[in-house]
Amino acid sequence: MSAKEKVPAAIANYVDERTGAAKWLKKNLTKVFPDHWSFLLGEIVLYSFIILLATGTFLTFWFDPSMKEVVYNGSYEPLKGLKMSAAYESTLHISFDVRGGLLMRQIHHWAAIIFMAAMIIHMLRVFFTGAFRKPREFNWVIGIGLLTLGIVEGFLGYSLPDDLLSGTGIRIAEAIIQAIPVVGSYLSFFAFGGAFPGESFIPRIYTVHVLLLPGAFLALITAHLMLVWYQKHTQYPGPGRTEKNVVGYPLMPVYMAKAGGFFFVVFGIIAFLGAVASINPIWLYGPYTPGQISAGSQPDFYMGWLDGLVRMAPPIETHALGHTISWNILLPGLIIPGLIFTPMALYPWIESWITGDKREHHLLDRPRNNPNRTAIGASVMMFMFVALLNGGNDLIATHFSSSINHIMWFARIGIIALPIATFFITKRVCLSLQRADRELVLHGRETGRLVRLPHGEFVEVHEPLSQAEIWKLTSHEQPGALELPETDINGVSHPKALQSRLRARWSKSNAEQIAKPTAKELENESHH
Amino acid sequence: MSNELIPSNSQNPIENPGLPAHVHRQTDEDPKAEKRAERQVASLFLLSALSTVLFIYTYIWIPDDIFTFIPILGDMNLHQLLLGLGMSGAFLFIGIGAIAWARQLMPDTEVIAERHELRSKDEDRKDFVETVKAQGATAGIGRRPLIKRTLGAALGLVGLAPIVLLRDLGPLPKKELEKTSWKAGTRLVTDPGDRPIKASDLEVGAVVQTLPELPEGTERSLNDIAKDPVLLIRLRPSEFNLDAERLSWTHEGIIAFSKICSHMGCAVALYEQQTHHLLCPCHQSTFDVTRAAKVIFGPAARPLPQLAITVDAEGYLIAKQPFTEPVGPSFWERNTK
Repeated sequence: MSAKEKVPAAIANYVDERTGAAKWLKKNLTKVFPDHWSFLLGEIVLYSFIILLATGTFLTFWFDPSMKEVVYNGSYEPLKGLKMSAAYESTLHISFDVRGGLLMRQIHHWAAIIFMAAMIIHMLRVFFTGAFRKPREFNWVIGIGLLTLGIVEGFLGYSLPDDLLSGTGIRIAEAIIQAIPVVGSYLSFFAFGGAFPGESFIPRIYTVHVLLLPGAFLALITAHLMLVWYQKHTQYPGPGRTEKNVVGYPLMPVYMAKAGGFFFVVFGIIAFLGAVASINPIWLYGPYTPGQISAGSQPDFYMGWLDGLVRMAPPIETHALGHTISWNILLPGLIIPGLIFTPMALYPWIESWITGDKREHHLLDRPRNNPNRTAIGASVMMFMFVALLNGGNDLIATHFSSSINHIMWFARIGIIALPIATFFITKRVCLSLQRADRELVLHGRETGRLVRLPHGEFVEVHEPLSQAEIWKLTSHEQPGALELPETDINGVSHPKALQSRLRARWSKSNAEQIAKPTAKELENESHH
Repeated sequence: MSNELIPSNSQNPIENPGLPAHVHRQTDEDPKAEKRAERQVASLFLLSALSTVLFIYTYIWIPDDIFTFIPILGDMNLHQLLLGLGMSGAFLFIGIGAIAWARQLMPDTEVIAERHELRSKDEDRKDFVETVKAQGATAGIGRRPLIKRTLGAALGLVGLAPIVLLRDLGPLPKKELEKTSWKAGTRLVTDPGDRPIKASDLEVGAVVQTLPELPEGTERSLNDIAKDPVLLIRLRPSEFNLDAERLSWTHEGIIAFSKICSHMGCAVALYEQQTHHLLCPCHQSTFDVTRAAKVIFGPAARPLPQLAITVDAEGYLIAKQPFTEPVGPSFWERNTK
C-alpha cells in the first residue's frame, strides 16, 4: 500500500472502530435519488437557509439591537445629526462603513425572499403531485410549520433595522395583538414592555430572530430531511418505475456533485442579486417615529397577502357591554389565516378520509389526473393572489392611474368570486387535458405531414407513441365513487349521515374522470 | 387493519415497459469530447478562482466612493458592485463546474433501488407492544393510582412556572391606552419646530402637524409621539357639516384630529385638498374632514378622534379639553363608540 492510500485507510479505520460507521455509510453512500427539476425546489430552500445563517451571523457582529436614542454621525450625509435608535444607526453603519456590509445585508434579504418563495413553490409541487400522501403526512405538517415560522421570521428580520417602513409594520402587528378579545391589551403590553413602541421590542425580537426561530428551523429541517432520507424520495411515474422501487442516480458521486454544485449555484445567484439589485434601502426611509409615514408602504411579499386582506376588510367593529371587538382586524389578521392554514395542515388526512385510500404512495400524480385536488390548490392560489394584489393596491393605483376604490371593490368581490370560478375552470382544464392524453394514446402524435390517399382524400399522418410514453400517460389509477349508505340495514338514518353524504358527494366528484384507454381500445386503434 | 375497498380503475392498457435502454453520451464514446469536457470543467473552476481574486482586490484596493454608470442598473457604487460580482462568480463557477462534471463525466446510468414497506412486521409490532406492557408493568404505574394522579397534577402545574415567569415582561395596561398628553389649555406646537401657532398663521386649505407643547426642560418620548400627533386643517367654516357640539370644537374654520389612525395606528398623512379627505397610506381608510372625519372608505370602523380647540389670551391655539375618547386602534377595554 502506498502512503497515498495508507493515510485515508488509517483515518477510516480509526473512525469506524469508534462509530461503526462503515456499514451505514456503505449502504447510504450509494442511496438512489430520482432526478427531476421540481425536486430542486426544496434544495433551494435548504441552501438559502444556510446562506441566511452565514450572512446573518456576519450581520450580528455589528448590529446593535437597541432602541436607545443616539445621534447619527456616520458617513451617510443626508442623515447626519439626526436622532435615531441604535438599531437603525448600526444598520446604517453596516451599510456604509463596513466593507461588504451592504452586500451581506442585501444577500441576507434576497436569501430570505428566495427562501420563502422557493418554500411556497416547493409546497405547491408537493401538493399538486400528491407527494403529501401516506407515508409522508408528517413531512407535510412539518412543512406547514416551516412556512408559518418563515413568515414570522421574515417579518421579525426586516423589522430589526427600526426604519420608518419597518416601524410601521411593527405598529400594525401591535394593533393586531391589541385587537385580540379580552387579553389583547395585556399581550401587547407584555410584548412591548409597556405602551407602543417602548424600548424593549427590538432587543426581544432580535433574540427570537437569531436564536429561537433559527433553532426551531434547524430542528424541523433536520426532521424533514431525515424523513425524506428514511422514507426515500417519491418519483414521477414512467417506464420502469413502480410503487416498489426508486429509479435515479447514486448519492456518490453524482448527487454529491450535483447537489453540492447546486448549493454554490444558489449562493452565486443570490450574491449576484445582492450585488446588482438594491433591496430594502433603509437609509432612504429614515428612522422610525410613530408620527410619520412614507406613502406606498409595502411589506415583503410573504406578508403582502395578509396586508391585502386587512386592506379589503369590511369596516366592522362591535361595541357592546363596554367592550370593543374589531372584526375589521381580527377577521383578516387572525381568523382567515387560521381558516386557511389549519385545513392546509390537515389536508392529507381530509383527502384520505374522503377517498378511503390508506395505502402508501410513492409514485407522484400528474396534477391533471386528480382534477379536484388540483382545482382546490388552484383556487387557494387564486385567493392568495387576489389578497396579494390588494396588498399593493396603492402602487397599482398610482402606476396604472386607476382608482384605489375600484381596485378595493374588485378585490372584495374577487376574493370570493375568483377562487370559485378558478375551481371550476381548473377542473374543466384538467378533464380536457385527460381527454387530450387519451387522444394522444389512441391516435398518436400529429406529425403535420399530409398524405394524399389514392382516391384523393388528404389525411394527416399520426405517429404512434412509444411504449414508454403510453405507459407514462396511462399507468395512473382512476378513482371510482364510494358507495356510502346513508341509512343502516334497518332503514334508520345513520348517526353520521351528514358526514357520510358529504364524503359520498366529494368522492363522486372525484370519480368524474375521462376514462383512460383500455388494452382493447388500444388494440383496435393500432389496426387502423 | 383492513382497508375499505376503494373502487378504482387500475387496469392498464399495457404492461410496464421497464427502464429505457441507456443512451451513451458523446463524452462516453469520444475520448476527444471527454477531454474537452474535462477542460471545460477545469476552466470553470479557474474562473471561480479569478473571481475570488477580484473579490479580494476590490475589498482592499477599490475605494467605496466611485460611482459608475451601468446600463439598466443606473449609477452603481463600483466597490459594492465588484465585491458582489466577485463573490457571486466565486461561488457560481464552482457550482456550474461541479454540475458540468457530474452531467458530462460521471456515470449517467440510472440505478434501481427497491423500496420496503415502512410498516414493521406483525411479529415485531406484537413484540413491541408486549415489551412496552412488560417494562411498564415493572414501574407499576397501573397499580399505583396515587402516584399516577399526583404525578399528573405535578406535571400540569409545572407548566405554569415558565408562564408565570413571563409576567414581568411588561406592566399592566391600566388606563394607559386611553390617555394622551393633551390637557385643557395645552398649546399646539408645530412638529417639527415646536413653535406655538396662531390662528392667523394658517391659510384656508393649510394642514399642519402638531404636538402638545412640552413643559420646559422635558424630552418628548416616542411613546408620546405614538399617541399625541394632531393634524390641524383650516377650511372655510361654511364647508363644515358638523353638529353644534363638534362645530364648537373648531376655531374659525380650524379643525383638529388625531393623526393616529383609528384602524391600526399608522400616521394618517395624506390630505386631499380638493375633497377634504384624509387618507391613511397603510390600508387606505379615508376620512371626511368636513363631517368630523367620518369613515367614507376602507377598513377603519371609527372616525379619527377630534380634539376640541380654541385660543388662549395671547391668541395661540390650545386644546379646550383632553381627547374625549382613546386615540389609535381599538382594544377590548375600549368603551366608546
